[in-house]
Amino acid sequence: MALLELADVLVRFPDPEGRPETVLDVARFELDAGEHVALVGASGSGKTTLLHVVAGLLRPTAGRVLFDGVDLAGLSEGRRDAFRARNLGYVFQSFHLLQGFTALENVVLGMAFGSGPDRAAARELLERLGLGHRLHHRPAQLSVGQQQRVALARALANRPRLVLADEPTGNLDPARAREALELARELCADCGAALLVVTHDPAALGEFQRVVRLDEISAAARTAVAAGGGEGGA
Amino acid sequence: MSAPQDTDGGTPPARAARAVRGAGVRLLVLAGIARRGLNQHALSTVVTALSAALASGLVLAVFAVSAQTREAFTSGALGIDAVLGARGSPLQLVLNTVFHLETSPGNLPWSTYEAVRADPRVARAIPYAVGDSYRGFRVVGTTPERFELEGADGRPLLRVAPGGRVFDPGRREAVLGASVARRAGLGVGSHFHPEHGVGHRGGEDHEHEEEYVVVGVLEPTSSPSDRVVWIPIEGVFRMGGHVLRGAGSYVPRPGEAIPDEHKEVSAVLLKFRGRQAGFQLAALFNQEERAATLAWPVAASMAEVFDKLGWLHRVLELVAYLVVAVAAGSILASLYNAMGERRREFAILRALGARRRAVFGVIVLESTAIAALGAALGYLVYMLVLAAAAVLVRRSTGVVLDPFFFHPALVVVPLAMVGLGVLAGLLPAWRAYSTDVARGLSPTS
Repeated sequence: MALLELADVLVRFPDPEGRPETVLDVARFELDAGEHVALVGASGSGKTTLLHVVAGLLRPTAGRVLFDGVDLAGLSEGRRDAFRARNLGYVFQSFHLLQGFTALENVVLGMAFGSGPDRAAARELLERLGLGHRLHHRPAQLSVGQQQRVALARALANRPRLVLADEPTGNLDPARAREALELARELCADCGAALLVVTHDPAALGEFQRVVRLDEISAAARTAVAAGGGEGGA
Repeated sequence: MSAPQDTDGGTPPARAARAVRGAGVRLLVLAGIARRGLNQHALSTVVTALSAALASGLVLAVFAVSAQTREAFTSGALGIDAVLGARGSPLQLVLNTVFHLETSPGNLPWSTYEAVRADPRVARAIPYAVGDSYRGFRVVGTTPERFELEGADGRPLLRVAPGGRVFDPGRREAVLGASVARRAGLGVGSHFHPEHGVGHRGGEDHEHEEEYVVVGVLEPTSSPSDRVVWIPIEGVFRMGGHVLRGAGSYVPRPGEAIPDEHKEVSAVLLKFRGRQAGFQLAALFNQEERAATLAWPVAASMAEVFDKLGWLHRVLELVAYLVVAVAAGSILASLYNAMGERRREFAILRALGARRRAVFGVIVLESTAIAALGAALGYLVYMLVLAAAAVLVRRSTGVVLDPFFFHPALVVVPLAMVGLGVLAGLLPAWRAYSTDVARGLSPTS
């Protein structure tokens, strides 16, 4: 059974005129436990919205989002919050570290709402990422690469079963971007977490077990494939 | 493959224990986030807390200082029941004889004093003659009996400090209140010249020729008596420039006894043999004869002052409440205005798994912390106001305000301030609660 399964997921928001506008339309998408998948798509195609839906930050207008058989779309917001805290890690493009907190505290906060704060484990994780000498530095005192590693540590602090990364290397130069992705894959592999990465970096795609194009998993694509009798899917 | 962790396992007691532990940890985490939020906006936090401190301190001062002042003026141990004086305001009479403020409303003939002293309902009658001063301190002519008045504990209210004694009624001797001795730099054996009138004008032109010697200094009493120069009443009669008008104008001559019909007193302090005497004599003097005024009970006359000043107290209360409202508003405004720039912070916390109620709690904790800090600092403001009030009251009346005086407002007001802090945090907290996570996390937000 897949760790994550999206079926007929539809997200609509009202446009400025108040008419419903579809921003995400996924016919079917699956991700196995421990699998590392890259998600690509045009700008504005709904990649970030998909990650928000998977993270339980957004309830889809329609469809099912099954995580290990549990439908996130059917959970209350509070249970989705708890679920996210315990099972998911999230790395943002601009890292979104809390500016008033040190690197160590940012990682501890990543645990606070899930397994509970564990400074020793957070310290160990940061040391493993080469930030042992930057534990008490605030984000503004860190380089971009160091901030990226803190964000990765925070996402992994709870030993999540799935790590979502939204263009995590967008702010890094190509060399550092590949290095960061390699580190993310390595750490996810170590803790057995699946990894779903939204990326625009073509050079990085070859490193993933599977690459999924968002337009290929959309309901429109399925309809077209069914009508033409051709192949499709991720 | 393990099941997703959306529920807690274990036995019910184990789950309950884990839940309690988890709640405690989460509260600590939220408190830590709130503390960091306050630190990040330190200037705003300090200014807002100071406004809360000012508000809390002012309300405390309005309630506690006024209550204490009223109590000090209306329930102090006096050793007397009533004051008899010239026809006029009982309040002016009490202010003049007990608190040594204001001017005397006039004089009574010596015969009135003699009559009331002889009344079987009167246990003690002590004459006062006023009108002179020394360096701003009132000079009171009286009899040695004044130093025999006792408090509720049976001990004399005025005690001469070791090394001194009460004046001899036939000599130019004086007993000084503790404040007079300290501030005028006089002690037993010192000499001084009383001055005309009760306003301190200084200079030899205003000094009486008569020289008095200090024979005793009173122990401090924290009462208006500390600010008095006590001399024999005969000395006031014979002070140069004084004209007695008990029966026509009469200027006493040295070595010659003063006929009683010429003597006058400013007031007579009275101690009754029973409460009934108060009713009877008040009716006699105030309603039947109407030749003199009996201020009885003394405390009631003083309470009248505070009742008359009730409007002032209400105005001060209103001002204090307005300051409280402004303080609560400033807590609300400072937190609410910060919500815009903190939207991302809350979105990140939500993305990390914090529930809406957690971010709501962070803001309420912050507003509560600001108010609590303000309430704590409010005690400092209160102490400063109390100290200033104490100095003013002591300088003008001799009454000492107690810094440890307890008033329920000292507990209620800080708690109310904290409660207001909680309320002031609700609106900003609701804004944090309503944070749209997706929008808060978007790069352009």
